[in-house]
Amino acid sequence: MAGLELLSDQGYRVDGRRAGELRKIQARMGVFAQADGSAYIEQGNTKALAVVYGPHEIRGSRARALPDRALVNCQYSSATFSTGERKRRTHGDRKSCEMGLQLRQTFEAAILTQLHPRSQIDIYVQVLQADGGTYAACVNAATLAVLDAGIPMRDFVCACSAGFVDGTALADLSHVEEAAGGPQLALALLPASGQIALLEMDARLHEDHLEQVLEAAARAARDVHTLLDRVVRQHVKEASILLGD
Amino acid sequence: MAMEMRLPVPRKPVSESLGRETKKHLVVPGDTITTDTGFMRGHGTYMGEEKLIASVAGPVERVNKLICVKALKTRYNGEVGDIVVGRITEVQQKRWKVETNSRLDSVLLLSSMNLPGGELLGQGVLVQVPPSLVKRQKTHFHDLPCGASVILGNNGFIWIYPTPEHKEEDAGGFIANLEPVSLADREVISRLRNCIVSLVTQRMLLYDTSILYCYEASLPHQIKDILKPEVMEEIVMETRQRLLEQEG
Repeated sequence: MAGLELLSDQGYRVDGRRAGELRKIQARMGVFAQADGSAYIEQGNTKALAVVYGPHEIRGSRARALPDRALVNCQYSSATFSTGERKRRTHGDRKSCEMGLQLRQTFEAAILTQLHPRSQIDIYVQVLQADGGTYAACVNAATLAVLDAGIPMRDFVCACSAGFVDGTALADLSHVEEAAGGPQLALALLPASGQIALLEMDARLHEDHLEQVLEAAARAARDVHTLLDRVVRQHVKEASILLGD
Repeated sequence: MAMEMRLPVPRKPVSESLGRETKKHLVVPGDTITTDTGFMRGHGTYMGEEKLIASVAGPVERVNKLICVKALKTRYNGEVGDIVVGRITEVQQKRWKVETNSRLDSVLLLSSMNLPGGELLGQGVLVQVPPSLVKRQKTHFHDLPCGASVILGNNGFIWIYPTPEHKEEDAGGFIANLEPVSLADREVISRLRNCIVSLVTQRMLLYDTSILYCYEASLPHQIKDILKPEVMEEIVMETRQRLLEQEG
């Protein structure tokens, strides 16, 4: 896009943020009473909803049951009204399947699946509004939903996207910044140990810059963790006050 | 038919004064509970490089040398002696698969149907609640003075049914009692069901006394009004008051 300055000389981005600054995050746990766990998150204008069922008996073919671990089944779907142009997506299309697979890999690394052999955990994520960073918002929402369901996890999984413009790494890209075509990296991190659950990038980036971008994404993911941690603690505190024992 | 619609309102934060004064140690996954290796690890924790780390979000419970973290909401984990209410999902050759809100379906063998233990239930209403809200008590079968009986399953399935007039000796097998239930009984059962649902939304522990107090507090309102948010808050607040008075 000619004339669109992703990073001004004073160091401000298109929406007025600094290079390493996150968008405003608001999250809520326990939004659905019917599901075992549920959560809703807003990262700037990106809104995602996650719902978790499980662990429960494997539905469908019993043959898929793993004798020593739980099966994690993730499904991603994007609402027709989530993008600027209304687009009807079929259920099994390529992007949904790929996202579902990535989410599954991420959560298989974090959930302690050995504790629930021969059962199944379902994670359904829906993006209600997509303004960049949809994978990150989905992972963050799903983490809160899994916590709400009481399924044991190694640690939080916090995700953030990062890009690279004019020699500076940008954290938490919005749709405008993603559409500009520069390299983008999505990182899902387990903050306490610093282990990476998933790292994804499909663009061309010189390897000298990789460390800088990775560092920016990791720092942003840790900031996300601080926020999610606060949300979970508040939720647990309220619940234990109401339970009163 | 009248229908009521409301706009969403911002949720009021829970006031601290509602609870007792005990400050519990709350943890979230990834938090280190202790670096002391002398403790045994219970549910909700795991061992990671010399320290005990939490795997669920909730309060830490310590019983002598055993540390565990109790998650707020989990699927039911069976224990010996628990009473559970289940829903039959599958009929196989020699056994039935029963859904009990746990992580795997339970099995009920046909041979155990006539033993005291497996009992098929007739007409009534099933309410599903989170298992952590059912209080552990000596007995889970309650005949409430308002005219209905309730079975509080430990797995979170609650069965409300009209009190049978006379206890009959089951001559083996199950004969479905298909007599229509009277209107008065039906009203009592619906009122009880709505009361239980409102107690659950306010996250109160369920046991015979709390359900009974809630029922009595709801009598001035119409049955369908009980599910309205402000009525729900009012009757649960009243129930809480009465329970506190009764204890202290």
